[in-house]
Amino acid sequence: MATRTPPETAAKRPPRPAAGRAGRPPAPEKARRGRKPATAGTGRMAALLVSPTLLVLTVVVLYPTLMALQESLYGTKGLDPKTGFISDTEPFVGLKNYADIFGQAGDRFWNAFFNTTFFTVVTVGLETVIGVIMALIMHKAFSGRALVRASILIPWAVPTAISGLLWRWIFNSDGIANSLIGHQILWTTEGFHAKVAVIIAEVWKTAPFIGLLVLAGLQVIPKEVYEAARMDGASPVRQFCHITLPLVKPALLVAVLFRCLDALRMFDLPYILIGAQKNSVETLSMLAQNEASNVRFGPAAAYAVLLFVYVLLIALGFVRLLGADLVGDAGGPRRAKRRSLLRRTPALTAEVPA
Amino acid sequence: MTTTVKWRTWLLYLGVAGVVAYCLAPFYWMVVSSLRRTSDIFDTSLIPSSVSFENYEAVFSPSQGFGRALLNSLIVAGTTTVLALLLATFTAYAMARLEFRFKRLILTLIIATSMFPVVSIVVPLLKLFTDIGWINTYQAMIVPSMSFVLPLAVWNLTTFFRQMPDELEQAAMIDGCTRGQAFRKIIIPLAAPGIFTTAIIIFIAAWNEFLIALSMTNRPSVQTAPVAISKFTGATQFDIPFGSQMAAGVLVTVPLVIMVLLFQRRIVAGLTAGAAK
Repeated sequence: MATRTPPETAAKRPPRPAAGRAGRPPAPEKARRGRKPATAGTGRMAALLVSPTLLVLTVVVLYPTLMALQESLYGTKGLDPKTGFISDTEPFVGLKNYADIFGQAGDRFWNAFFNTTFFTVVTVGLETVIGVIMALIMHKAFSGRALVRASILIPWAVPTAISGLLWRWIFNSDGIANSLIGHQILWTTEGFHAKVAVIIAEVWKTAPFIGLLVLAGLQVIPKEVYEAARMDGASPVRQFCHITLPLVKPALLVAVLFRCLDALRMFDLPYILIGAQKNSVETLSMLAQNEASNVRFGPAAAYAVLLFVYVLLIALGFVRLLGADLVGDAGGPRRAKRRSLLRRTPALTAEVPA
Repeated sequence: MTTTVKWRTWLLYLGVAGVVAYCLAPFYWMVVSSLRRTSDIFDTSLIPSSVSFENYEAVFSPSQGFGRALLNSLIVAGTTTVLALLLATFTAYAMARLEFRFKRLILTLIIATSMFPVVSIVVPLLKLFTDIGWINTYQAMIVPSMSFVLPLAVWNLTTFFRQMPDELEQAAMIDGCTRGQAFRKIIIPLAAPGIFTTAIIIFIAAWNEFLIALSMTNRPSVQTAPVAISKFTGATQFDIPFGSQMAAGVLVTVPLVIMVLLFQRRIVAGLTAGAAK
C-alpha cells in the first residue's frame, strides 16, 4: 500500500522515503537514551505504520486542495446542473475569479468575509468569558460535579444541525424567546437580529467546550500556590489575575485557537437557523458551498482557497503567539518531554485527572 | 466568618445551578416541545399540559423516510469510525513509541489537517464525485469525513499510547515477543479504554457531520439524519413542522446523550488530553 503512491503526492513525498531510510541504526544521540535494541529497524516499521494514514490524508486533503487551486483558475460553464462532464468545457480564466472579488461581484464575498470574521471574533470572545466562568464554578464545586460534567457535555454532543433547528424553534416569532423578552422580533429574517440569534446559538453550544478545557488547566494548578498567596494577603481578584489566569493561559490559548479555526469555517448553524443565501449571516463556507452546489465550481473553488489561506494565516499567528508547539515534544521519550514541558508551561506538568 | 462562608456556599450552588440550567435549558425545551400535541405546540408552559407522542409517530411516518435516514447515519458514521480507528491506531503507536526522522513534522502535518476548512475539500470533491458518479453514495460521505476524523483519532490515540509506560513492551520483548507481538498482545488490550474513548469522540464527530452529507447527496434515500431533519416538510410549504423536527432532533441526540452519560469521565479525559498536552 505504501509503495502505490499516486502522482499528486509529490508535495508530501519528502517525509516518506526519509522515514523508510531511517531503518539504519539510530543516531548517536538517540542511542544515548539506551533504547538502541528497541529502535533497531524501527524506521521501516514506522514507515509501514504511518504511511496508510498519510496516504489517506493525501487523497482526501492534499489532492482536493491542489484540485481546488487548479479549479479556481477556471470559469463557469453554462448553467446546466444535470451535466456530469463539465471540466472539459469550462473556460480557463486565469486569476479572474480572484480579481472578481475586487469588482462589483465581490460584494457578496466581502460581506461573507465580514460575517465570518465578525462571528469568529464575537462568538470566541463570548465563549471564552463564559467558558472561564463555568470552569471556575466547576472547579470550586465539590458536590454535584458528575451532574455538572454530564450536563456540560450535552451542548457539545448535540449535533450542530439539530441545535440549529432547536434554536430556530426557540427564536420562532411565536417561540419561547419572544415570549420571554415580551417583544415580537422576527429573529430568523434578514437583519442584525439574525446575527444575534446565530451568535447566541453558537455560544450555547461551544462555551462548555472551552469550560472543559480550562477546567483541565485549572485542576493542575497546585493548591499551595493559592495558600501562599492567601498568606501574603492577596485578594481573590488578585489571585485570579496573577495566579489563575497566567497559569491557565496555555490551556486557554489552545482552546481559543481550536474555537477560532472552527468558527472560521462555520456553516451548519447559520445555514439551518437562518437559511442559505441570507446576506446577514452568510459565511465564507456557505458562500463557497452555495456556488459549488450551483455548479459554479470556479468561483466556489476560489472562495474555498481564500478561506483556506485565511484560516492558515490565523493558525500561523496563533502558533507564533503560543510560542510552544501544539503537538508537544513529539521527539524524545517521556522523561525528556516532561522536562521540556516543565520548563515551558508549569501548569501542564501534572496529569489531567480523569 | 461563618456567615460569609455560608454565603459563599450558596453563591457556589447558585453558580452550579446556573451552569446546569445554561447547558440543559435549550435541550429540555426540545424534549418538552417534542412531547406537545400539534394543537398546543406554541404553549410556553414548562411542562406539557398533556403528554403526547404524536410528533414521534409523525417522524416515523413512511413519507419522511426518517428510519432510513437514521440507518444511513449509522452506516456512514460507523464505517468512518472503524476505518479511522484502524488507520490511526497504527500511526499513533508509531508516533508514541518509535523513533524516526521527521516524526514531529509528520505529526504536525496530520494535526494541521484537522484545522482545515471542510468546505475547501468539499468543493473540488463535489466536482470529482459528480464526474465519477459517486453522488448519492455512502463512500462520497465517508471518504471526505476521514479528513477531519483521522487527525482527531491520531492525536487522541497518540496521547493515550504516550501515557502507557514503556516498560510494558520492554518486558514483553525481553520475554521474547517481537515488537509487533508486543503491540498486539500487550498494548492493544491495555489501550482498549483509550481506543474506546477515541471511538466515541470520532463517532460523535462523524454522526454530527452536516456540510459533506448535505453537499454529496440529493436523493432522500441516502441522506443522513441531520440532513433529513433539516428538510422535513409539513402539510403545506409554509407550515414548518416544529413538533416533528423537535421529536426527530431528540431521537438523533438521545444516543449521543446516553453515550455522554455513560462515558462522561472518559470523554472529558479524551477531549482535554488532546488540548492540554
